[in-house]
Amino acid sequence: MTPLATFNLALRALQRNKMRSTLTMLGIVIGVGAVVAMVGIGNGAKSQVEAQIATLGQNVILIFPGSFATSGVQSGSGGAGTLKLEDAKAIEEEVPDVLAVSPGTRISSQLGYGNQNWATSVSGESPEYFEIRQWEIVAGAGFTEQDVRSAAKVAVIGATVERQLFGEEDAVGQIMRVRNVPFQVIGILKAKGTSVMGSDQDDVVIVPYTTVMKRLSGTTNLRMISVQCASEDRTAAVVQNITDLMRQRHRLGPDRENDFMVRSQQEIAEMATATSRVLRLLLGAIASVSLIVGGIGIMNIMLVSVTERTREIGIRIALGAHGADILSQFLIEAVTLSSLGGVLGILIGLGTSTLLSRFAGWPTLTSVDAIVVAFLFSAAVGVFFGLYPAKKAAALDPIDALRYE
Amino acid sequence: MAPVIQLDHVWKTYRTADVELHAVRDVSLRIERGEFVAIMGSSGSGKSTMMNILGCLDRPSQGHYFLDGQDVSTLDRDGLADIRNQKIGFVFQGFNLLTRTSAAENVELPMMYARQSLGTKEMRRRALEALEMVGLSQRADHHPNQLSGGQQQRVAIARALVNKPALLLADEPTGNLDTKTSVEIMEVFQTLNDQGITIVMVTHEHDISQYNKRCLVMRDGIVRSDAPVEGRLMASEQRKALASGGVL
Repeated sequence: MTPLATFNLALRALQRNKMRSTLTMLGIVIGVGAVVAMVGIGNGAKSQVEAQIATLGQNVILIFPGSFATSGVQSGSGGAGTLKLEDAKAIEEEVPDVLAVSPGTRISSQLGYGNQNWATSVSGESPEYFEIRQWEIVAGAGFTEQDVRSAAKVAVIGATVERQLFGEEDAVGQIMRVRNVPFQVIGILKAKGTSVMGSDQDDVVIVPYTTVMKRLSGTTNLRMISVQCASEDRTAAVVQNITDLMRQRHRLGPDRENDFMVRSQQEIAEMATATSRVLRLLLGAIASVSLIVGGIGIMNIMLVSVTERTREIGIRIALGAHGADILSQFLIEAVTLSSLGGVLGILIGLGTSTLLSRFAGWPTLTSVDAIVVAFLFSAAVGVFFGLYPAKKAAALDPIDALRYE
Repeated sequence: MAPVIQLDHVWKTYRTADVELHAVRDVSLRIERGEFVAIMGSSGSGKSTMMNILGCLDRPSQGHYFLDGQDVSTLDRDGLADIRNQKIGFVFQGFNLLTRTSAAENVELPMMYARQSLGTKEMRRRALEALEMVGLSQRADHHPNQLSGGQQQRVAIARALVNKPALLLADEPTGNLDTKTSVEIMEVFQTLNDQGITIVMVTHEHDISQYNKRCLVMRDGIVRSDAPVEGRLMASEQRKALASGGVL
């Protein structure tokens, strides 16, 4: 029998029992729909986190003072004062594959402009900071090495600060007050949005680090050192070299814990995506279970169908059908059911994720891959769960089958 | 020319636990082209087993069966399926048509399973030709539930003829039909036989066997008698007699 004729036969058999076929398909529809929607939601969450991590910069390594919480006890805060300007200089000069280093320091401050006030943090960084964090200046310019040497009172401000302090006014060239010290705004940063931790990255003022140290805080302790590494695959080595260098500079014996912390961008990314990965796995598992349940539904109905149609099978075999003809007839029926359910499920899944992103504001991202995989998987469910009933049909003895009432 | 059917010392033995049941015992038989043979016998006589072997639905336990000159006793499942498809036309007691499938499509079924596939148009043409032979060409698009028992059996006969088999095998073809319809169906068989088609039918009704040319009687798995039918009935005459109000 030609494949087309077999397919026709399967379609007609399914049409004969519309209600039953629809209900059987429903299991697969729900399963595939759930998979597509869940993957969409999971991918959306993942890409959101990834986009946030990308705002960190490229191949960035961050060094923090003190150590983070261990067994619930915060041992050494960010202001422990273990990170010095000399550490940053040493890293820049001694560690290979380091492209740029920015010593970071920060104070909280009230900003003033005209009758506007805004409380935010002022970060001192080197001119390379913008390069390290891939942070574009959309108006004006960044500060220079010369500004660092002279501890110039110039500031680059984030989009939030610009909006809060200057409103509609052109901020570049204006003089604002930082702790009552006048600063000239020389540049405005491109908006980056929320960070991985959920804080507003654009609520920031960046000035030369020397300016913070000499004119605002009076301390040379660093809050953070940002390092840009030459390439992603060198990151691990650079992290190791920085750690060794810092331990040596801080004279830490083999039995002493690090009094600083080195984190590469990958590590931060991994930490941030770990939760969303677990979430995606969980969603995927639930969706797969419903797909399997749908498959069992197909198997159940196909078994009933084979029993019901024993006589028909007997007639076909008596008239010359090979086992393979009967097998493919029932297999195609099962696969048609499951793939049709798959197509409907994909449509419903896409609809669901569109609705979720529109009305619940969840970020969703549906990839063509996920759709293709969902379709192939639903077809595979048909093959897997249809094979046993089809084999059972093909193995029927024509004499018994013809006698079956 | 080889006989249509040649059985050489055919046995069929069923084994259950420790009992051996010989359904067919050492039967040798020749049926030539153009014969019209009835196989009679009560239930348990082995005639159904005989029918299954002749129809290539089952294989003999011992002995050889040559159908149209070919030894079919050694063929596998698919090989037997091809033989059934090409050499044998089946007519069953219960008609065994596919429900919710039109008469023409039922007749097309054996062509669908033929190893050399025909185009859909050619299949439809041959199906209509076969329906024409049994006088049902106007009912090609009717479904079995829209046809009377006699008409359903005609569709089944058309289906049996469509692949131009060497042998038409009928299993109690009138078992589900009333007297008048039975006569009509026997007339169809007699007409086909007159055209040279070899027919073997199993029946337990003596009346029906009288329309055949030759009658085998089976009992306990052996052929007890094998003789030409004397005083053969002609279905066309019987039908006329019935139409004029007579009783058979």
